Amino acid sequence: MDFPKDLKYTKEHEWVKLDGNVATVGITDYAQDSLGDVVYVELPQEGGTVTKNEPFGVVESVKAVSDLYSPISGSVTEVNDAIVDTPEAINEDPYGDAWMIKVDVASLDELDDLMSADEYQKFIEEEK
Amino acid sequence: MRHIVTKGLVLDEPLIFEVSSAGRKGVEPAVCDVPVVDAAKVIPAAMLRGANDPMAGFPEVSEIDAVRHYTRLSQWNFGVDTGFYPLGSCTMKYNPKINEDAARLEGLSAIHPYQPEELSQGALRLIYELEDYLAEISGMSAITLQPSAGAQGELTGLLMIAAYFKAKGRPRHKIIIPDTAHGTNPASSALAGFKVVPIKSESNGVLTLDAVKAVMDDDTAALMLTNPNTIGIFERNIHDIAAYVHKKGGLIYCDGANLNAIMGIMKLGEMGVDVVQFNLHKTFSTPHGGGGPGSGPVGVGKALVPFLPGPRIKKSGNKYKFVRDNPKSIGRVKAFYGNFGVMVKAYAYIRRMGPDGIRKAALTAILNANYIKESLKGTFHLPYDQPCMHECVFSDKAQSAYGVTTIDMAKRLIDYGYHPPTVYFPLVVHGAIMIEPTETETKATLDGFIETMKEIAEEARANPDLLKSAPVNTKVQRVDEVRAAREPILRWRPGA
Repeated sequence: MDFPKDLKYTKEHEWVKLDGNVATVGITDYAQDSLGDVVYVELPQEGGTVTKNEPFGVVESVKAVSDLYSPISGSVTEVNDAIVDTPEAINEDPYGDAWMIKVDVASLDELDDLMSADEYQKFIEEEK
Repeated sequence: MRHIVTKGLVLDEPLIFEVSSAGRKGVEPAVCDVPVVDAAKVIPAAMLRGANDPMAGFPEVSEIDAVRHYTRLSQWNFGVDTGFYPLGSCTMKYNPKINEDAARLEGLSAIHPYQPEELSQGALRLIYELEDYLAEISGMSAITLQPSAGAQGELTGLLMIAAYFKAKGRPRHKIIIPDTAHGTNPASSALAGFKVVPIKSESNGVLTLDAVKAVMDDDTAALMLTNPNTIGIFERNIHDIAAYVHKKGGLIYCDGANLNAIMGIMKLGEMGVDVVQFNLHKTFSTPHGGGGPGSGPVGVGKALVPFLPGPRIKKSGNKYKFVRDNPKSIGRVKAFYGNFGVMVKAYAYIRRMGPDGIRKAALTAILNANYIKESLKGTFHLPYDQPCMHECVFSDKAQSAYGVTTIDMAKRLIDYGYHPPTVYFPLVVHGAIMIEPTETETKATLDGFIETMKEIAEEARANPDLLKSAPVNTKVQRVDEVRAAREPILRWRPGA
């Protein structure tokens, strides 16, 4: 399983990539593997707001329906609508094609309590 | 071992549309004895079906074709009347047929809800007494039988909680829900206008007072939990947790979906529960699933009685009457008085079982689940290794080394003639296999199932590919669930 070093991770298995003030958010390789084949995804509207630790969308596999939790607060500047029609991208390329939303981050401090790749890997080992 | 599945006479069956032949009839209507009038002459053209006749292409078959078609389809079906059905969290227990007989008694099945009160005294008495029995079993002050299913019962309970705080002049907006609660709980809370605050259970699967303390505040209306919870474990801290939540002015909602494990043994009211819904179609003798009808009565403690849906039934002397003047009531939640036929079955079940029988059913359900848990815990990973209530949860951890997952083993069980247990739920267990045998199965049935599960574990080790392609003995083999979910075809169309 792959956990890129330049990303930050949440306990709910989302990843964040920061570029200036804009954070790109998706779910991790571990999350897509645990879910199994993703069949449906629901994302917020562009221009809406998301709040740290609050649900911003839904992902559904043949096994389960799960909330997507936002790692940061801010306004949604871009939504990857392409994956709504091709949810399999979430299984195939969780860190690339299947990014979910881009957020204009309200406070960069909010990223402080997120995990590094190493910390996240340790976290999921314990969770298993 | 002796397998219960044989290669039987499995007939293929086309769709009823495909056996249709224009002009073929099953029934010849009686000769028309009034003058025939052309519809086009008396009905405005816009109201005639015309070219877009939705009845066009409707199947035309002979009577025996229709009988064979539906009989064959019914033979493909699998239910608790055909085999073991250990679907956890759902209580798919066998329901004695005598209760069906009771529900079909003409005096109960042919009455009309608009019939005057004085001509419906038997039905009113049955509702009144069933409310009484459920109050006795749960230890609650009063019951409404109106809600038509468990989730509607949840909504009814939550609306009463909202009304209670509104009446106190201090509305509260949050409901705390543990990760081991029933899946419908967050949805019902949101529908009732509450914000859901999820909390985690401890590593032993039990909710702790500290976890509740960390999130409980003066905007929290209630803690909503399921007891026993969805991993089949009794929430043993419930008493302390309830006392704390009450001290903070909040209420306790208990989802009664798992009541089969505690009925006749302990009373929810005495645990500090303020609201509970019953699932008569799980616990009290109505077949569960198949789209209903169900029944989800709600029991409440004293403080919530004024908010119960109306009308209520009052007994004065030997007469029963509706009371429609309930100013604080949240109003009706269902047309008329609920799904009456289901109430009759529950009434017959409770009367026939009696207090001792009901208690024994719960104890036997617990014993059966623990028997399966102990028998299989060396073969399958048991995440919560402790005494369980009516159901036990395993995972596929031990078999994942061979590339075999829960779904493969569930599908293989079909080959051996068992309905698979609940899989991938509860979410707190990865690859969950949740088994609820219920009280009605014999030791021989349980032993057959246990032996089969062990055989499947051995197959997982020796021949994982076999499990990957299971089921192989069925008419329809492994279906492509992913494609079905991504590209659903919901309607048959000619030539499609």
